[in-house]
Amino acid sequence: MKKIEAIIKPFKLDEVKDALSSIGINGLTVSEVQGFGRQKGHTEVYRGAEYTVDFVPKVKLEVLVDDNLVSQVVDTIMDAAQTGKIGDGKIFVFPVEDAIRIRTGERGSDAM
Amino acid sequence: MQHINSGDTAWMLVATALVMFMTPGLALFYGGMVRSKNVLGTIMHSFIMLGVGTIVWVLYGYSLAFGPDKFHLIGDLSWIGLRDVGMAPNANYAATIPHILFMAFQMMFAVITPALITGAFAERIKFSSFLVFMVAWMTLVYSPIAHWVWGVGGWIRNLGALDFAGGTVVHINAAFAALAAVLIIGKRKGFMKEAMHPHNLPMTILGAAMLWFGWFGFNAGSALTSGGLAAVAFVVTHIATAAAALGWILIEKIKTGKPTTLGAASGAVAGLVAITPAAGFVGPIAAIAIGFTAGIVCYLAVGLKFKFGYDDALDVVGVHGVGGIIGALLTGVFASTVINPAGANGLVHGNPALLGKQLIAVAVTIGYTFVASFIILKVIDAIMGLRVSEEDEITGLDLSQHSEIGYALGGFGGGTLEHGASGSVFQPETSSEPSYAMQTNPLNERL
Amino acid sequence: MQNINTGDTAFVLISAALVLFMTPGLALFYGGMVRSKNVLGTIMHSFIIIGIINVLWMLFGYSLAFGPDKFHLIGDLSWIGLRGVGMAPNTSYAPTIPHEAFMIFQAMFAIITPALITGAFAERMKFKSFLVFIIAWFVIVYIPVAHWVWGVGGWLRNLGVLDFAGGIVVHASSGAAALAAAIFVGKRKGFGTEPMIPHNIPLTIIGTGILWFGWFGFNAGSALASGSLAANAFVNTQVAATAAIVSWTVVEWLRGGKPTTLGAATGAIAGLATITPAAGYVSPAAALLIGLAAGLVCYYAISLKFKFGYDDSLDVVGVHGVGGILGTLSVGLLASTAINSAGANGLIHGNSSLIGIQALGVFTVVVFSFIASLVIFKVVDKLFGVRVGEEDEITGLDLSQHSEIGYDLSGLGGSAGEFVTANAFSTQSSEVLSVSDETSLTPDNLP
Repeated sequence: MKKIEAIIKPFKLDEVKDALSSIGINGLTVSEVQGFGRQKGHTEVYRGAEYTVDFVPKVKLEVLVDDNLVSQVVDTIMDAAQTGKIGDGKIFVFPVEDAIRIRTGERGSDAM
Repeated sequence: MQHINSGDTAWMLVATALVMFMTPGLALFYGGMVRSKNVLGTIMHSFIMLGVGTIVWVLYGYSLAFGPDKFHLIGDLSWIGLRDVGMAPNANYAATIPHILFMAFQMMFAVITPALITGAFAERIKFSSFLVFMVAWMTLVYSPIAHWVWGVGGWIRNLGALDFAGGTVVHINAAFAALAAVLIIGKRKGFMKEAMHPHNLPMTILGAAMLWFGWFGFNAGSALTSGGLAAVAFVVTHIATAAAALGWILIEKIKTGKPTTLGAASGAVAGLVAITPAAGFVGPIAAIAIGFTAGIVCYLAVGLKFKFGYDDALDVVGVHGVGGIIGALLTGVFASTVINPAGANGLVHGNPALLGKQLIAVAVTIGYTFVASFIILKVIDAIMGLRVSEEDEITGLDLSQHSEIGYALGGFGGGTLEHGASGSVFQPETSSEPSYAMQTNPLNERL
Repeated sequence: MQNINTGDTAFVLISAALVLFMTPGLALFYGGMVRSKNVLGTIMHSFIIIGIINVLWMLFGYSLAFGPDKFHLIGDLSWIGLRGVGMAPNTSYAPTIPHEAFMIFQAMFAIITPALITGAFAERMKFKSFLVFIIAWFVIVYIPVAHWVWGVGGWLRNLGVLDFAGGIVVHASSGAAALAAAIFVGKRKGFGTEPMIPHNIPLTIIGTGILWFGWFGFNAGSALASGSLAANAFVNTQVAATAAIVSWTVVEWLRGGKPTTLGAATGAIAGLATITPAAGYVSPAAALLIGLAAGLVCYYAISLKFKFGYDDSLDVVGVHGVGGILGTLSVGLLASTAINSAGANGLIHGNSSLIGIQALGVFTVVVFSFIASLVIFKVVDKLFGVRVGEEDEITGLDLSQHSEIGYDLSGLGGSAGEFVTANAFSTQSSEVLSVSDETSLTPDNLP
């Protein structure tokens, strides 16, 4: 069992979500986050005061999958989220010790 | 004749202020309905029209629209820069208030009409091209049509078609320019694929309330005096609005199961639009009929954009166009000389001819504004391009066109002060301020 | 002579309501520009002033400002508690409306003037000290200045200083006090190094719309009758505001940046502040020039704070101070007795003395207000300290001064907090806010 965490461009969320459901992934968690990497920030101007804002808004996706699905899910996210420009984001894969469905108490793959 | 009546003047001063207040109201009404990355761009479209529209009007717009007639088509330039528009009344237009006040009242109409169009091409037009279009449109479309319908000598006015406060001049005119605009500029990226939620509906409701409030000046002020006619126009304005809000949520309930807040606000605006041409010519029961019809028909009309695939982003065509047509035609049905002896009787009062005249006025306005707007936009598109680049569209108009963001409710700050307006550079220092406010917030999707 | 005119009375009553509406408008205008942790503190500054000043105005303020003159410096106490201020007109001030109507119209000016100052010390002033400062400033600065310029017998009025609606009394006086405040209270922590981004520009636009709307009452209402003069002042107000929007955005654009929404709104306020003293003395063409100048001059004026390093947080000095001075001087240049026979001619109409009188009037008031404000601050600081502690400043005024927060837009609502008792919502519950706000998308609620 692995957790796949992807930081992507916000406007790519729908495409990624659709691509994931087309390969049978039917649950995920999304948060809006901000951060910086190689992508430059932007400039904002308020009454002549100019700001360089270097935190860029991104969306963080978290999906829990069985080990055998990891490479397929990673490829799917990559295909859907790619624009080829700086700032497309990153994908991280973590091992997960256990998962529990609160309603039933099921564990492991059954809880997914 | 040259006598100024203090009561009439008091009312018209207030009515003019009320109509001015509608444009910021419209900015909020539209601003709440777009995605948060475009809130300022959308607000700016209306707000800057207060600036541009007023200046155009003062310099030459008023003279073209209301100045001495040429060929029944346009005013001449004898009132250019408000020359001869002074403190004494102009008996042709409003005999008991200063001429300059009549000019100011009309100015507020000239400001809000182009602002109405902006809902159609929201979230994707280039700001510079937008400004050029607005100036050209006020000059080549608004001023002539205002002259035809309201100017002394204008041919539609001579024909005897009735438009109390702007069903043709304001609403139909703006809406069919809007249709031309969306056909040329095209759909927003993701239209009918992605969800495009209104980002702040309370703001839209606030805007709708300001519009409703200001509309009393718009319609009742169009009596140009503070007497019985203003009172009738005021009352039917309110009644039709209420009926339309109810009509809209009723059909919404029937079709989709739930009455929505946005539906109630949209219905109210549809009712205000529909009663506009009729306000000084019909009675309260007719107002209920007009409002209720507008609520239902406009609801159905806003669905057309999905059927035909044109992206009228904030439903200018469905609400202002269809609402304006309903109002103009139903004026031909319900108008009564009992309400306004200077008007005419409509169909139900035994005069079918009025409906024909109303039809002509509507058809001519639609035809002229659509074709003229189409040509103006084509020319601007060829010269400077109408649309922002795809990347700018994804980023949003706020940052790409104005270097601003609407909301900074998150605690990040996260930026560096580059320099003040004086150009002095401050040493960057990362923000160490504890962010006790929301860390990531659903309203802030800046990219 | 004692004849009350219903039209004039209707207009002045509505104008008073319009001017009152400006103060909540100002609260929103300022509130949107601060960081979200200070939104309520900033709104409260304006809002509480409505309460305090109105009461003081009734008790003794009106009598001292407009009551029978003593030594050309101050009114006496014969109208204390509104004694003798009744239904009959006061012919010296407004012969066609009830004296009470004139008094309440003036009350609204007395309210908004100190509220304007609050933008200078936003985000860092202790609430108690703020209250004491405002009351002292109102008594020591506003009342005498209003008497000098507007009170029968006031020495600046006798000198021939023209201030139609408050360029000196309202804007220059509050702008000078704001400069004293910014210097004395000191910079916000992080000024010049951290970004201090307006947290809600749409809110600022709402405030701008309300201010603009109310300003028609402020300026046109200052004619105190609903006739030609009011119409002229009304048109000038609109023309100057819009011209300033245009010049402000153009200069922003030309200087290599983008035209901003906040800039357009600020330009409008600058135009409105600048036309205030001139509204009833100049022609619309002159108003156009004044507006264009206001946009340019105020744009450059607000950048001075970065150059000189005083933290005039919301640009009261640059917009109201500079605008008020510019407008007052422009009266000396452009005033015409053809517009207002009770006024005077300015320089371009061949009277070179008026500009000197105007300059003397405005600079006397600026210097007086600046010094008096510094002294008041010094005393208040000795007694209570003017500034919140560093920790409170970092926390924000909303929680530290008022135990409230402006927004809870997180999906979690307040559900993570705990109800203690109805009277004990203490700052400890700020823990509520540290819960992170994640939006979960499950297949059930995906957009």
